[in-house]
Amino acid sequence: MISVDPVLQGQVDSLNAAYGLCLDDGRLEEWPAFFVDDCLYQVIARENVDNGLPAAVMYCDSKGMLVDRVVALRRANVFPEHFSRHLISRAVIAGIKGETVTAQASYAVLQTRNDGETRIYNAGKYIDMLIVKEGAAKLVSRTCVYDTHRIATLLATPI
Amino acid sequence: MSVENRMGARPSLPTGVDYGVYHSPKIFAAEQRKVFQGRTWCYLGLEAEIPDPGDFRATHVGETPVVLVRGLDWKVNAWVNRCAHKGATVCRSLRGNQADGAFVCVYHQWAYDAEGTLVGVPFRRGLKGVGGYGKDFDPANHSLEKLRVESYKGMVFGTFSSEVEPLEEFLGPVMRKYVDRVLQRPIKVLGYARQHMAGNWKLYSENSRDSYHGALLHLFYPTFGIYRQSQDSAGELAEQGFHSVFTVAKPKGDVDYGSFGDEANREMQGTAQLQDESLLQFRPEIDDDIGLHIQSLFPSVVLQQIQNTLATRQIVTHGVDQTELVWTYFGYADDDEETTRHRLRNLNLVGPSGLISMEDGEAVELCQQGTVGAEGKYNFIKMGGDDVRGYYAPMGMDENAVRGFWKGYLDLMGNALATFDKQMVA
Ligand code: FES
Ligand SMILES: [Fe+2]
Repeated sequence: MISVDPVLQGQVDSLNAAYGLCLDDGRLEEWPAFFVDDCLYQVIARENVDNGLPAAVMYCDSKGMLVDRVVALRRANVFPEHFSRHLISRAVIAGIKGETVTAQASYAVLQTRNDGETRIYNAGKYIDMLIVKEGAAKLVSRTCVYDTHRIATLLATPI
Repeated sequence: MSVENRMGARPSLPTGVDYGVYHSPKIFAAEQRKVFQGRTWCYLGLEAEIPDPGDFRATHVGETPVVLVRGLDWKVNAWVNRCAHKGATVCRSLRGNQADGAFVCVYHQWAYDAEGTLVGVPFRRGLKGVGGYGKDFDPANHSLEKLRVESYKGMVFGTFSSEVEPLEEFLGPVMRKYVDRVLQRPIKVLGYARQHMAGNWKLYSENSRDSYHGALLHLFYPTFGIYRQSQDSAGELAEQGFHSVFTVAKPKGDVDYGSFGDEANREMQGTAQLQDESLLQFRPEIDDDIGLHIQSLFPSVVLQQIQNTLATRQIVTHGVDQTELVWTYFGYADDDEETTRHRLRNLNLVGPSGLISMEDGEAVELCQQGTVGAEGKYNFIKMGGDDVRGYYAPMGMDENAVRGFWKGYLDLMGNALATFDKQMVA
């Protein structure tokens, strides 16, 4: 573990907290703004990562693709009505090189559908690369490695 | 409606099946025997998943846990993952390599070779002449239950039946031709996704054969104004009806389906713009213009090429309303890095998060929920006629292949379902 400036730690944790609330509040249109323009966002099963296999269920290698996902969810895709709730751990910052920071955090996403039951929908970890500039952090890449390889019904809202 | 119909005396037909088939535990149990353990070949996995001796992968036939193993002699074997001693699960991992080709049950350490033959039993003679198994104990009689295994173009199938015809015959010439198309050259596995649906496996099997829903349920293309109204689609069924394939290609001639959009209730030609169209790029790599190939091989697998995504989708039945879909994504072995990246981008379209396929999981669950308690009532599968033909209607506005599924299913289930239909009347 490297010793991390508490201000930087706070910036990364704040980004994660805001990211989770943004998705959980249904403000999907604001979600791409957490990323830089030339970004990578993917959601990939842990069994693939552990076995060196690259296939992800979501793989967006531009901010435009994030926007397209959101527009598709709003206007095209059909999925069960649901609320989600992200619980995100404090980030462990692994490396700092100039403005570039690598970090990981655990997450659990709870989901509540119309039957009213709240279930653990997806658990895993974020593997992130961020740029911290002028007091704010942005994601260069976020890989959501999910332990819950049994995806219930489908995965619509980003993790 | 006649009195007879109201009482549910009508037997299930390919054009209308009693909703009870999605809910009855008795039928589910009969299916395990008559369909999955019956005269069929069930998909087990890809040879590319177990390239080296000792490689194994956990899989299923229906609800039965099975392990696929490449033996030290390179032969592909499959056996039921159930110890011959007390039934414990012998292989406890989803995949791996067992370099010595031996599988040892952790409970009492009975040891099996890659073929599933019992090769070691601790304390077989007891200790100092006390205990142990009797003289009549012959390890040869206590092997794991073995399946007949055959593979076609790298797709491995297994069967419990000693009567079913060889795999190639079971698939038939039409299906083989299409499998050949996708598996034209060596492949490499890119990864997995596992999707669980709270619905009956047959609802998913119908869905993959149902070309009617494609443009109506999956609205990604039309919303972004990229619904191509004149595409060339084709579909073929195997002789028994239960396997089928549906393809869509660029049009060859002038076809006008202009009225199609007007008839649908939902917006069919949206104005949304994709910000990044690389998602949709299609690089023809097989010697034709086919951009969509969905092939359903009864009873347990779908083979697909959609744009540049290649995958098998294995259907695993965990219960009457518990179905798992195991997506195995692959590419060709000689793909360069850029091609792989392109496939990964294309994969956004398919799978449990697929922009044009996530809806299938929801559709299965909606049908499961909507048919609760509806035993004795029937679905209606007459689009495109009420017979089972070898070909689909143009544009797939046809439930021919769904009827084909039921025809094959009813043939296999025979009396098991007839008895059920009678119970419904009683
Ligand atoms: S149950 Fe496997 S050895 Fe006893
Ligand atoms: Fe579909």
